Amino acid sequence: MSEQQHTEAGRRSGGVLNVFAHSFLVVWVVMAAGPLIWVAISSLRPHADLVADPFGLPTNLAWENFTNAWTNADIGRYTLNSLIILAGSLTGTMLLGSMAAYVLARFSFRGNRVIHLLFVGGMMFPVFLALVPLFFVLNNFGLLNTRQGLIIVYIAYSLPFTTFFLVSFFRTLPTGVQEAATLDGASHTRTFFQIMMPMARPGLISIGIFNFLGQWNQFVLPRVLNVGDPDDAVLPQGLAALMVQQGYEGDWGALYAGVTMAMLPVLVVYVTFQRQVQTGLTAGAVR
Amino acid sequence: MEVRTPREAESPPPPCTRLHLAAAFFLPPRFTPRRVRYDRRYRKLDTYRFISWFLFLPLLVYLLFVVSPFLQAFFYSMTDWSGFSSAYNFTGFENYERLWNDDAFWDAMGNSLVLLVLAPVITLGLGLFFAFMLNAGGRRRRNEAVSGVFGSRLYKVVYFFPQVLSLAIIAVIFARALSPRSGVLNEGLGAVGLDSWQREDWLGGDLALWCVLFVLCWSFVGFYVVLFSAAMSAIPGEIYEASLLDGANRSVTFFRITLPLTWDTVRTGWIYMGIQALDAFALVNVMVPEHGMDVVPSYLFEKAFRDGQAGYATAIGVALFLVTLVFSVLMMFVGRRERIEY
Repeated sequence: MSEQQHTEAGRRSGGVLNVFAHSFLVVWVVMAAGPLIWVAISSLRPHADLVADPFGLPTNLAWENFTNAWTNADIGRYTLNSLIILAGSLTGTMLLGSMAAYVLARFSFRGNRVIHLLFVGGMMFPVFLALVPLFFVLNNFGLLNTRQGLIIVYIAYSLPFTTFFLVSFFRTLPTGVQEAATLDGASHTRTFFQIMMPMARPGLISIGIFNFLGQWNQFVLPRVLNVGDPDDAVLPQGLAALMVQQGYEGDWGALYAGVTMAMLPVLVVYVTFQRQVQTGLTAGAVR
Repeated sequence: MEVRTPREAESPPPPCTRLHLAAAFFLPPRFTPRRVRYDRRYRKLDTYRFISWFLFLPLLVYLLFVVSPFLQAFFYSMTDWSGFSSAYNFTGFENYERLWNDDAFWDAMGNSLVLLVLAPVITLGLGLFFAFMLNAGGRRRRNEAVSGVFGSRLYKVVYFFPQVLSLAIIAVIFARALSPRSGVLNEGLGAVGLDSWQREDWLGGDLALWCVLFVLCWSFVGFYVVLFSAAMSAIPGEIYEASLLDGANRSVTFFRITLPLTWDTVRTGWIYMGIQALDAFALVNVMVPEHGMDVVPSYLFEKAFRDGQAGYATAIGVALFLVTLVFSVLMMFVGRRERIEY
């Protein structure tokens, strides 16, 4: 086969494959986004229409679904609960995680490796093993069904991966700057907060996004540890409860509106920061 | 590492200085007497003080809420503790014996194992397929052995959607889609004339496991597409060019070059996906009606927080832990090969 024929054939097969590839890829786009779009469309249709024809397009926009979900079905309250808890837990995770990671990464002392292994080991075990004793530990501290309790538990369970990720990140930072700061008379604490933290910003952002999504979407821990007043439920819990409730009372429009409201902010944040989110989350898988 | 002079190592500090140094460990620097602050041992002490106050809080939280429950679990799994009161008796291996003879547990374990085996195969298979299509399915340009498809960024953005949503939200969406009355699946089957395929019990009967498997794969494929295509785009183009010159077609390219060179990532993904599939708690808890089906975590949840058998439930937890451990160790050894550097 001459060189020209070769590339000719290659181009043709490339063309066929291109069509082939695109058709499969588009099928999965429909699969991945279809259900979400369907929910968003359904959230604008009144309940009666949804029963008659679940596939139809909205004829007259039923915005009242959203007000119903926000106020009557308490989606607003659940969102607020989630936000309050996240504000505490994300701050705590980042602070405690980076403190531990910094010390483990940049100082050699007796027990360094043991503590590092202790943290890393936490990534390997299923949460469910500890779930029952954890319930009673929280109960003994009087933290069961409280926001503080949930915040502390979120922090504790995010620490293994956060520490692991940040230890390897802090290790990559140059030592020269730290030495210069010490020579200028900066204390260790000051060096950490004013020099190392700003230098570690890319790593902190990646792990911050990872923890944001993980803690915002957390379902198991609140399902077990936050079962007191239904008003204290976090968003994923609230939606699950809403589904059961609407199954009996029958206002699917409001249910879809609730799901849409829970879905949209996360998707908007994701699309805006998709590059960081994708690298942050996939860095989470490759340990 | 600091270099010690022999003299320093020889002379231990006098008791009085030692006391001062010990006090300085707990005092803020401004209250430390100058004499101690200018002692040559003070710098080391300062470092250790910093290390301990930075590690104290993270370690405390971690030990109290993660490590101690883990350790307690092994102990409580050998008691008849109900969880309602603090009273319990030590019963040895009774719970494990009961577990061995518990049909409901084995049903749940069977379901979990099906998910553990099938979900990674399907998810990683689809993930590799789409990632390869994204990275090598493009129209071949001059001077390029492989080329990504047009708009691969956009594909990756959309594929990743389910990954950023809570599994609880996904479970709610699919519970509605699979519901017997005016659920999208049944209505859709009716619309294309497959009325006989409509089912009353997508989520209530034997089909529930397959529905959970489907939703699990659906929600994780996008993540692995992104992961694998990152690994694939790290393969240098010259390798593909060389194989092209040798006359390799796409499937040979995939199995002989792409797959071996991304193998490390695939194997890590396998362990990760297996552990995610073993969980599936949110899906079963939200999507499947009560008594439809159980996986090990949902069975544990019922025993602990509905039936008041906390001791027995922790025994189930230990069993789950063992399965996770065996699976991870197995995967570490199966398919291990020399790391390829390029």
